[in-house]
This record gives sequence, structure tokens and C-alpha cells, in this order.
Amino acid sequence: MSQPKLTIEDLQVSVEGKKILKGLSLEIKGGEVHAIMGPNGTGKSTLASTLMGHPKYKVESGSVTLNGENVLEMATDERARKGIFLAMQYPSEISGVTNADFLRSAINARRGEGNEISLIKFVREMEKKMSFLEMKESFAQRYVNEGFSGGEKKRNEILQMMMLKPQIAILDEIDSGLDIDALKVVAKGVNEMKGPEMGVLVITHYQRLLNYIKPDYVHIMMQGRIVRSGGPELAEKLEAEGYDWIKEELGIEDETVSQRS
Amino acid sequence: MSVTINTNFDENLVTHLSNVKKEPEWMLDIRLKALEVYKQLPIPRFEKTRIDKWNIDQFEFFIDEGDEGNQVDIPEDIRSMIDVNTENRSVIIQRNSALVHHYLPKSLGDQGVIFTTLDNALQEYPDLVKKYFMNAVKFDENKLTALHAALWNGGVFLYVPKNVEIEFPLQSVYLAEKAGLLPHVLIIAETNSNLTFVDYRFSTDHNVSYIHNGVVEVYVGEGARVRFATVHNFNKNSYDYSYRRAIVKRNGRIEWVMGEMNFGNTISNNTSLLKDSAASADIKSIFIGTGRQKADLESKVIHEGDHTESKILSRGIMLDQATAIFNGITKMEKGAVKSNAEQAENILMLSKEARGDANPILLIDEHDVMAGHAASAGPVNQNDIYYLMSRGIPKDEAERLIIHGFLASVVSRIPIEGLQEQLEKLIERKLKR
Repeated sequence: MSQPKLTIEDLQVSVEGKKILKGLSLEIKGGEVHAIMGPNGTGKSTLASTLMGHPKYKVESGSVTLNGENVLEMATDERARKGIFLAMQYPSEISGVTNADFLRSAINARRGEGNEISLIKFVREMEKKMSFLEMKESFAQRYVNEGFSGGEKKRNEILQMMMLKPQIAILDEIDSGLDIDALKVVAKGVNEMKGPEMGVLVITHYQRLLNYIKPDYVHIMMQGRIVRSGGPELAEKLEAEGYDWIKEELGIEDETVSQRS
Repeated sequence: MSVTINTNFDENLVTHLSNVKKEPEWMLDIRLKALEVYKQLPIPRFEKTRIDKWNIDQFEFFIDEGDEGNQVDIPEDIRSMIDVNTENRSVIIQRNSALVHHYLPKSLGDQGVIFTTLDNALQEYPDLVKKYFMNAVKFDENKLTALHAALWNGGVFLYVPKNVEIEFPLQSVYLAEKAGLLPHVLIIAETNSNLTFVDYRFSTDHNVSYIHNGVVEVYVGEGARVRFATVHNFNKNSYDYSYRRAIVKRNGRIEWVMGEMNFGNTISNNTSLLKDSAASADIKSIFIGTGRQKADLESKVIHEGDHTESKILSRGIMLDQATAIFNGITKMEKGAVKSNAEQAENILMLSKEARGDANPILLIDEHDVMAGHAASAGPVNQNDIYYLMSRGIPKDEAERLIIHGFLASVVSRIPIEGLQEQLEKLIERKLKR
């Protein structure tokens, strides 16, 4: 497989008539880890949901391509089959559907009819990945996210990522509500997958996660666009000094998207 | 108010029925008393379902000449639901009211387990039957139970002695060919016994208008555990009236698993009485409304003993122009201290023209209890579909997974694989139409 490439150009997105993303550009290649940081309400999660094609988000202009293909024309499931993965901040609970059945359906949807994964191979792979993520075996037969703790849900998202082997993995606040041990396990999963065949976009408030998932690029988001990009040192500076210095430098008073542009 | 009756249902008919079956005098007495009540009472009123125009008694009553004997050839459409290749099964099959097939392994008989037709039990164990028959469900409760008591015909009797635990499910199958089906099921689980019972009822002819008026009575002794799983599958011209009751003693437990898969109108009334301390009940039911079907489905638990526990889960999927009422009733009597009850009614609305009504009802007469309820009615959650699609699953498949998952609470608890498959087929058929 050639090195994947996700290209976002001047993306403008609105939700229920309100503009959230106001011209965002970013390129992510296989092997790279990008981190998008920023305070609440600056449009970070909107970016994640838009890339996955959540029906609530309306693309006003701009483009998103994966390996040259127009992502914005694809429905959510097609995007996933092409290799985009979003670890969600609030994963759904699907009653009555076991984790194993769900994952097998997802894998087979990607492999296509006539090319389904054999049950034994699937079970072996799932068991291996679950043990790597220190998940109890019983998780395979539990209903998708039903009654899971916050940490278990996030672990489950990473399990899905490892099973589906995406080209571009987007992690939307995967660290929220996690204690340090769970955080380490989640990071372990991401680091295991890192390589030229997968690009990673990490969305987070806090630098803490980036101690475990080392970014190559750090982007700061305010008012619905990327206002500053740099290397890992940018995240460290944010951790030490907060966001105020950037706001001052850029003359921003209200960093949220509600600010009229 | 005028009362309509089927004038063919008279003393002569009832007496003839009782005589043909060589019933004890007291059974004829009950039948005749019930007949009088049937004649006098109006059609029962349900709070939200009018059944005035439903057919409750306009059918020709049929008395089977006798059992068909113990046929080796089990009808083809039932065969798949019975694991014929193992000793570890126990089955009674009835066509209308006549016995077609009966198998009880010797090992169970040796332990004192009685599993036979109710007709036969009346001959061999009249005192046992007399003690329990129409005790949980009273013949004078309403016109429907009165009609049942007057004309009950067919059904089974199961008695499990103290400390006997049966590892495999006992099974009864009823196929309806004649219009009227009135089986009576009587289950007695003595102290510390444990059993699973599976009951499947279906109609064979798609054009006949069947009337099913069935009663199930389960008596759960101290520390005993009974799981009763049932699937009903009557055609769209049919009317199904089902009353199911359990009386649970100290530390006993009843579990109901109900797949209401009729295509016709349905009254399903399920009540568990937790009589003594630490008794518990778990009630799970699913219903899929299709066509112009109407249904009134009630799950009720009465807590009398202290430290009693109950859980009710009712799930419905509404399509086409179907209408259904889901009542969940938790009654906490005075003295039911430290009891705990939960109930949930969830309805998936898949058609704008369908109606589904979830009514969680808590009636609390004791202050030292916990009781909770949840109800929902709405379309498939779009965020759930999005979540599955975000993993590459196409929209149709995502919906299918969610809908089947919604019903899994009951499907996965049907203890016989063949019947579980049958239920899944019925679900597919109902969802596709």
C-alpha cells in the first residue's frame, strides 16, 4: 500500500446555519502524527465529525481528499471503507449487538462479499488485540459500549481502530475522562499502529496525552481555523503557559467560533 | 349494556365435552359455573384498547375424537424445533386439543416428574390438578377467562417435585387447524426445583380466522426457579387472548420470555405475584406490529413479600398501520419493604402511520421500596446509525443490526436453538413483509 494522504483545503463548515469552521487547511500523510489543540468551542470536534461525514455538519466550501479522491462526496460508511477512522468522544451504545458481531460486520463490509474474514481468524485477531489493550475476554460478547465505563468505551474505540487498520485515524478527545493508566493503554494502541501506512490526527485540550502519543506536528485552533502550527515544542509551551500568549500575539479576545469573523 | 354471546356455547355442549373427556364432577362444575359467568359478563374493557368489535367467541367449537396416539412422524414444520436426536428432551405436541406426540425420558419419570396432557393429569392426578387449576387466574375475572374455564380444551400439566433440577428445557407445541384453540397450561414447581419450559403456538392455515384463548398458570415453590419461554405465531385473521400468571413463594424466581409474533390482534396479559420474602420475577417480551394489527400487552408484577425484586423489559417495533399499547405495571403492596423494581418499555417506530404507546405505571403502597421506570418511543437513533456507518457498515445493514439488537433481549433467551431460529425467521418475515 502506498503512503496515504489526507488533504484538507480551506474547509468551511456550518451547523444549523451557524458557521463553525472558517477556512481550515491541513495535510496528513501516513506515518505522521498531527495534534490539534485548542480551548473549548473552537471547532476541533466539528472538524472530526465533518471528516467522518456526520449528517449534522454542512460543508459550505473547501475540499477534503484522501489519496486524491473526493471524500466529501462519500457517505460516512464509504469514507470508513476507504480508510478514515474516527475514535469518537461519545461512542454510541448499541443494545443487543455484541462487540464481536459488530466488528466482524465492519471488517466484512470493508472486505466485501465473497471475501469475508473466517470466523477463526477473526476471533484470534480480536483476542490478540484485546489482550494487547488489557481488555477482559468477556468484552467480545458484551453489547457494544452498553454499560461500559468512560475508560472502557475509549479502549473499545482503540480496539476497533486496531482491527480495522485505517489509513487515517482521527482521535477526538480520546483522553477525556481517562485516568493515567487507561490513557497509557490507549496510547500504547495508537503507537503500536503507527507507521507509514497510517496517519494520525489527535484532537485534545491537554498536552498530557501528547506525552504518550508523540506528535510530529502541533496545530492550534481558534475561531474555527488553525492559527498556529509548529513542532512538539508548541504543545509544551501551551502546557507551560496556556493559550493567552497566542491570543495576545494574534490579537484574539474571544477564541471561540461564536466570535464574528 | 347488551351482552353478546355465542348461543351454541351452552350447558349441553359443556357437559358433552366434560363427558367425552371423562372428567371428574368438580371440573364439570367449574365449567358450568364459568359458562354462566361468560353469559352474563360484557366484553372486557381495556383502558386504551377497544375490543368490542373483536371476535372473542364466534367460532365453531370442536371436540377431538381422541388422541392421535404417540406419532413417530412429527409434523414437518415442528420437527426442526425439536432436537429429536437426544434423550435430553421432553416434548408434548398437540394438534388442536389432541395429543400427537409425547416424549418424557425415563430418567425424569423416575425422579417423579409428571409431564403429560392436562386431560390425562385429570385422570391420574385429579387432586393435584384440583388444588391448582384456575387458582392463579380466576374463572370469574372477566368474560375471556370465563369462556376459557368453560371450554378449555387441550394443554399440559407439569409437576416437578422438590429438589429436582431439570437441565434441559421441557417443550410443548400447539398447532391450530380448527378455529378455536383453548389450551390450559399448569406448571407446579415444588421447593428448590428448577426447570425451563418452552411453549410454541402457531396456526397452520393462513385463511382461517383462529381464536386462541389460552391460560398459563405457574406455581413457583420456595427457592424454586422457573423459566417460561413462549412464542405465539397466529395468522393475521386471528385473535389471540392470552392470560399468563405466576405465583412465586419465598426465594422463588419466575422468568418470562415472550415473543409475541402474531400477525393478528393480540391481548397478552402477564402477571407475576411475588407472594413471599425474596421472591423475584424477570419479564422480557418483544412484539412486532405489522399490517393493521392491534395489540394490548401488559406485564405486571405484584410485590407482596419483603425484599422481593422484579424487572420488566418490554420492547416493540411498530410498522405499517399497527397499533399497540405496552403497559408495565409495578404494584408494591404494604409490607413489601426493601423491595426493588425496575421496568422499561421501549418502542421503535418505523412507520409514521403506526401507533405505539408505552405506559409505565407504578402503584406504590409501601414507602420503604425502590421502584424505577423508563419508557421511550421513537425512530431508530440517527447517532447510532452514524456510529455503525463510521465503521464502514452500510446504512441498511446498520439499521438491521440495531433493530435485531433491540430484540436480542428476548431472542437470545429462547433456550431451544431450533425455536430461536424460528423466532428469528418470524422477525425477518415481520420486518420485511
